[in-house]
Amino acid sequence: MKPAPFAYTAPTTLEDALRALDNGGDAAKVLAGGQSLVPLMNFRLVEIELLVDLNRIAGLAYIRPQNGWLAVGAMTRAREVERSDVAAAEVPLLRTALRFVGHPQIRNQGTVCGSIAHADPAAEMPAVATALGASMVIRSVEGERVVPASEFFVRYLTTCMAPNEMLVEVRFPRSSEQSGHAFVEHSRRHGDFAIVGVAATVETDANGVCRAARVALAGVDPRPFDASDVASSLVGTAVTEAHANEVGQRVAALLDPRGDIHATARYRRRMAAVLVRRALISAAGDPAARDAI
Amino acid sequence: MTVPGGASSTGVFANAQDKVEIAVTVNGFPYTRTVEPRKLLADFLREDLRLTGTHLGCEHGVCGACTVRVNGRAVRSCLMFAIQVDGAQLSTVEGLAPRDGLSIIQDAFHEYHALQCGFCTPGFLMTTAELLADSPDPTDEEIVSALSGNLCRCTGYVSIVAAVRAAAERMRSDEATA
Repeated sequence: MKPAPFAYTAPTTLEDALRALDNGGDAAKVLAGGQSLVPLMNFRLVEIELLVDLNRIAGLAYIRPQNGWLAVGAMTRAREVERSDVAAAEVPLLRTALRFVGHPQIRNQGTVCGSIAHADPAAEMPAVATALGASMVIRSVEGERVVPASEFFVRYLTTCMAPNEMLVEVRFPRSSEQSGHAFVEHSRRHGDFAIVGVAATVETDANGVCRAARVALAGVDPRPFDASDVASSLVGTAVTEAHANEVGQRVAALLDPRGDIHATARYRRRMAAVLVRRALISAAGDPAARDAI
Repeated sequence: MTVPGGASSTGVFANAQDKVEIAVTVNGFPYTRTVEPRKLLADFLREDLRLTGTHLGCEHGVCGACTVRVNGRAVRSCLMFAIQVDGAQLSTVEGLAPRDGLSIIQDAFHEYHALQCGFCTPGFLMTTAELLADSPDPTDEEIVSALSGNLCRCTGYVSIVAAVRAAAERMRSDEATA
């Protein structure tokens, strides 16, 4: 339960980090918060030849509202985002969902971007990024590219990033004032990975008629499952219990989850239907009711 | 093993077999040691500094027995490398007690029987220390939430929550009379 030997570098500029990553090839990995990576190293499920520590690089931790999105830098700790009033105002789903991420000690050190780059489909942040249609800013020695969440997450623990690429920023679209949000999760203990988790946003007009709905699920697929197509059938209607239930059933029917020691496939499908319904009702309803679920 | 060239000339660099010198302050005392990059912070505290109050329960970040504070923040020392804390200020359970007696938090744990075997206790104490530094008057819900990252197999947690509540109250009243 100790990591295998590895070479280590802690550069002080992003350019140096990108160069180190480029030279290191397949066996080089970035260290941000380490809350996902180091357990794997301790188990020796991953053996790294070069660890590129980002913690000495200034200017990578930020929460900036700009141009219609909230930009979160690579080294921004989950705790900072959870406590940020700016983030809560611009993208309220983040604070709600972060309460389910691990435990306080994990959130003190772990980063939002790190969780997204790690791409565990049972984690909360990838589902949030998918539900919101976030964009990932990726850099390497070759330059920068921006990839939407729908292309970023490929499968279990795998993103579209090449070994020499690094996620430097995530851009979360800012929520409109008419938009409600919800994050509901089922797990054995609070703080565990989700058996099933659902992130939802619903925008309604002054009469309570749905104008937009987005839903993404954690824990049911090798990548966050975007169920927004199904949820969009709510547009133009009032989000009633019956409607939300129907959407939940239709989403569940699309799923082909894996059974494992935590839950059978059938159980995940059942829970998905229930949690999608609850998340939609919550997101469409009274803000005060949101955190009660 | 040699690392492909081009790694940074600024900042730290170490090959796998190298040892790197680090300087840390733990509970107010400065220490300088040389460590392999892969040395976990928890093992560094226990083996290199002989501060064995920090315990290892799972070595993958779920049990909380290894919780220490790095620059004030409660973190899993089994998920950090010693080499990362070069230049940092650390607090461990050994630093809680004053010269004579126990700290308020430790005293409350004693009074409310918030420990049996004591294995998880250092982790709970460090987590509590951060909680009460951030929130001097936490609700029960906030206490439970803050402690959710520390597992105890002996007590059933009720006495631990009671101890934290009592410690918070005593610290507040001490503040008021100070």
